[in-house]
Amino acid sequence: MSYECVIGLEVHAQLNTRTKAFCGCAVEFGKEPNSLTCPVCLGLPGSLPVLNQTAFEYAVKVALALGCQVQKNTKFDRKNYFYPDLPKNYQISQYDLPLSLKGSLEIESADKMKKIGITRVHLEEDAGKLIHLDDASLVDYNRAGTPLLEIVSEPDISSPLEAYDYLTVLKAILQYLGVSDCDMEKGTLRCDANISLRKTGVKTLGAKVELKNMNSFKAVKDALEYEIGRQTDLLSENKGIIQETRLWDAKKLATFSMRTKEEASDYRYFPEPDLPLFTIEDSLIEKIKGSLPELPREKSARFVKEYGLTEREVKLVIQDKDLADYFEACCKLYPKAKIINNWLIGAVSAEMNSRKLEIATLRLSAASLIELIKLVEDGSVSNLVAKDVLKEMLDSGKPAVSIIKEKGLAQISDTSQLEKIAGDVIKENGRSVQDFLAGKENALMFLVGQVMRKSGGKANPKVVQEILRGRLKNV
Amino acid sequence: MNLNQLTARQLQKKLDAKEIKPQEIISSLKQRLAESEEKVRAYVSGADFSSIPDEGLPVAIKDNICTKGLNTQCCSKILKDFKPPYDATVIKKIKEAGLSVQSAKTNMDEFAFGSSTENSFFGATHNPWDIERVPGGSSGGSAAAVAADEAIWALGSDTGGSIRQPASFCGVVGLKPTYGRVSRYGLIAFASSLDQIGPITKDVADSAWLAKIISGHDIQDATAVDIPVPDYTKALVKDVKGIKIGVPEEYFVEGLDEEVKEHILQAIELLKKLGATVKKVKLPHTQYALPVYYIIATAEASSNLARFDGVEYGFRTDSKGQSLIDMYEETRGEGFGSEAKRRIILGTYVLSHGYYEAYYLRAQKVRTLIKNDFDAVFKEFDCILTPTSPTPAFKIGEKAANPLNMYLSDIYTIPANLAGIPAISLPCGLTKKRLPVGLQILTKAFDEETLFRIAYTYEQNTSWHLEKPKL
Repeated sequence: MSYECVIGLEVHAQLNTRTKAFCGCAVEFGKEPNSLTCPVCLGLPGSLPVLNQTAFEYAVKVALALGCQVQKNTKFDRKNYFYPDLPKNYQISQYDLPLSLKGSLEIESADKMKKIGITRVHLEEDAGKLIHLDDASLVDYNRAGTPLLEIVSEPDISSPLEAYDYLTVLKAILQYLGVSDCDMEKGTLRCDANISLRKTGVKTLGAKVELKNMNSFKAVKDALEYEIGRQTDLLSENKGIIQETRLWDAKKLATFSMRTKEEASDYRYFPEPDLPLFTIEDSLIEKIKGSLPELPREKSARFVKEYGLTEREVKLVIQDKDLADYFEACCKLYPKAKIINNWLIGAVSAEMNSRKLEIATLRLSAASLIELIKLVEDGSVSNLVAKDVLKEMLDSGKPAVSIIKEKGLAQISDTSQLEKIAGDVIKENGRSVQDFLAGKENALMFLVGQVMRKSGGKANPKVVQEILRGRLKNV
Repeated sequence: MNLNQLTARQLQKKLDAKEIKPQEIISSLKQRLAESEEKVRAYVSGADFSSIPDEGLPVAIKDNICTKGLNTQCCSKILKDFKPPYDATVIKKIKEAGLSVQSAKTNMDEFAFGSSTENSFFGATHNPWDIERVPGGSSGGSAAAVAADEAIWALGSDTGGSIRQPASFCGVVGLKPTYGRVSRYGLIAFASSLDQIGPITKDVADSAWLAKIISGHDIQDATAVDIPVPDYTKALVKDVKGIKIGVPEEYFVEGLDEEVKEHILQAIELLKKLGATVKKVKLPHTQYALPVYYIIATAEASSNLARFDGVEYGFRTDSKGQSLIDMYEETRGEGFGSEAKRRIILGTYVLSHGYYEAYYLRAQKVRTLIKNDFDAVFKEFDCILTPTSPTPAFKIGEKAANPLNMYLSDIYTIPANLAGIPAISLPCGLTKKRLPVGLQILTKAFDEETLFRIAYTYEQNTSWHLEKPKL
């Protein structure tokens, strides 16, 4: 029996506005606990919320970028539940008149384009943070009242990989709009997933399980994969799936039941009487539409057209707006887009990953990278050595030229030096020489590799190959 | 007459003419408090009267309006000793106008839940006209303080009649402004879509003056409307010629005390004589106002009061429960009085899954019908005239055991809150037992000027506002 899965994602993105959603307190990380608070975000008696216009406009921006219909009339509602991180014991959210409905997001997954429906995008406020000690729990309200965007997808996602790709594209869009930092580890982007399984071909939905507590895109994918396995096992044993909320445990790599449907809260939503229903003027929507930046799909199309690259080639660079901007800055200095792109998705990305830095924080100017690339292209330094030079540039901040000079890393194209090494290699590797002469072209590559090794990677492989061919012809 | 017996306007004239010093007003108030407060108990018990400020005309403040650094407890155990770190917008406005804020807050029903000021954690307030009777509520402390000349004037809050009904019971003037006329920032919310702060004063002129001071747009309250505030004192014109008064049939039915009815009819006759035209009108959805109110008000209250949980401020249980839920339940169980609990439970129920549509949503629709009733009448009439409360002040304890009976005390005042329109109560008679009767005038939204004009004309042609209780 085969099963297919039906997945819907609920993403919460913190908006990076200067101030909170309903008061004037600053939105900042890492400040002294409870220092960014006022009577409003502390929920003190008598205080009242007033909507942050910028947060609202950011929300509309995202809604428009996701092709949603921005609603003429919208309102806020109270979601009532008791928890110490929620100062008023209700969250100001949007229930039946969210600010936008019915959008979609196009993703490329396993080489196929797919449209994932967006059910709604709405604005709400974030809660504070609890810090649990052995004998007490503390609460920090600095985060309380931070504007939060809830983006709910339709159950159109049909694999954990698609979920991963959806999140990647969504994150790119939010970053392009400049409205959120989208850092899952910091919690500025959060994702819950709903998943159900059904027999292939069946139209009705199975029992839905909500997954929480995933703190990276990979964790979302892992949790969904785990859940598919767990549910498939249950179904094959003819056991039912319980509708429940489960938490992902990143250490045990498994999900655990948090609460069942029977234990689910009744949030008693009702219209927030402190914030009147309001009308979104067409002129505001037009103004925001006009201010939308180039979005990933448009940028990708432009890169393909302007730089002669394929969509697949630019995919990685496009996902990161800063990297895409960096790519363009590099192309202005040195018009070889393909080479630059290879560097960015290769060596530069590797450095960003290993150092856990972004292109902006890597401290590598476009000019210094181009200087390095040019040295490779004109044969001054080998591709292999250049990667080490890049490391050194990032470690020391020195320019490529001086590193190459200081460490004697310049590529050896001088034939007399290389002739000598090639001679030695031929002497020492009689077997490979025989193989080559017997017609095995691969054996030559082995010999080239040996020369490279002896030269400490500095030999120019093209020159080495020529020399070897010449010598072996005369054997 | 002693200074404490004068109106704010009379005192200001004397201050301006340098006939008296502010300290003399204070001493006169303190002297009065020493004589009568033990009987009336208008202020929150344990309050220190020595701290009445020395400058500017003092205003007495209801215990649910935030005053920076001063106890603001909503007369509830759960907010015991709570000192807000900020001033309500009305308090800021009062200070900016050169008035001063009394540190002793006036007594009220816990969280403004009540019509008698019996539901205070600090004990009941007594009506200065008959200390065996209630002063009305929930702003009973403010009304009793003004009536007993223990305050020059005061601020109250009105969600379903909490300014007007006690004003009526105590023989003083109480105004509920249009919803959105006065900022609610700093008013500890009972029902956010109904609450308004308003003045309780000895006469209409003081009411107009204090209303003008506290009214206006506020960037901290999204429901405070940005409409210019007229100078209400200029509306104090002794003329009602051509004014069209509507008298709703639905307000003169069973349950209305005969003496109250008699005084209201006399007031109508007087206004007629003074040149107003009077006609019967219909407000057909009046009978639904009370149930609609108790759904909407309790629903909002259940959510507004959720924040009182012992986590951040106020009272927290001493009991060392096992869990977070234990702390919530025990703190709230011990901290709230029975009427507060009743309303939280009722409000939670009407918002619950499966009941929301039948109760809350339907109540909102009927609320619109009630508002439409008023809109229709105000197309033809300048104002509506009714009794403020169906009876004069009742005895302490008389209705305490029967909440529904108590709720009926606000049957004439609730519709104005549901419709968001302004309404004033002013003295229009004394019963044979010398209990005050209140006349209620209602106008369309943001037409406080017409309200003041009619009230002022009536007042200046009668002397009920000059009557004093014999304490």
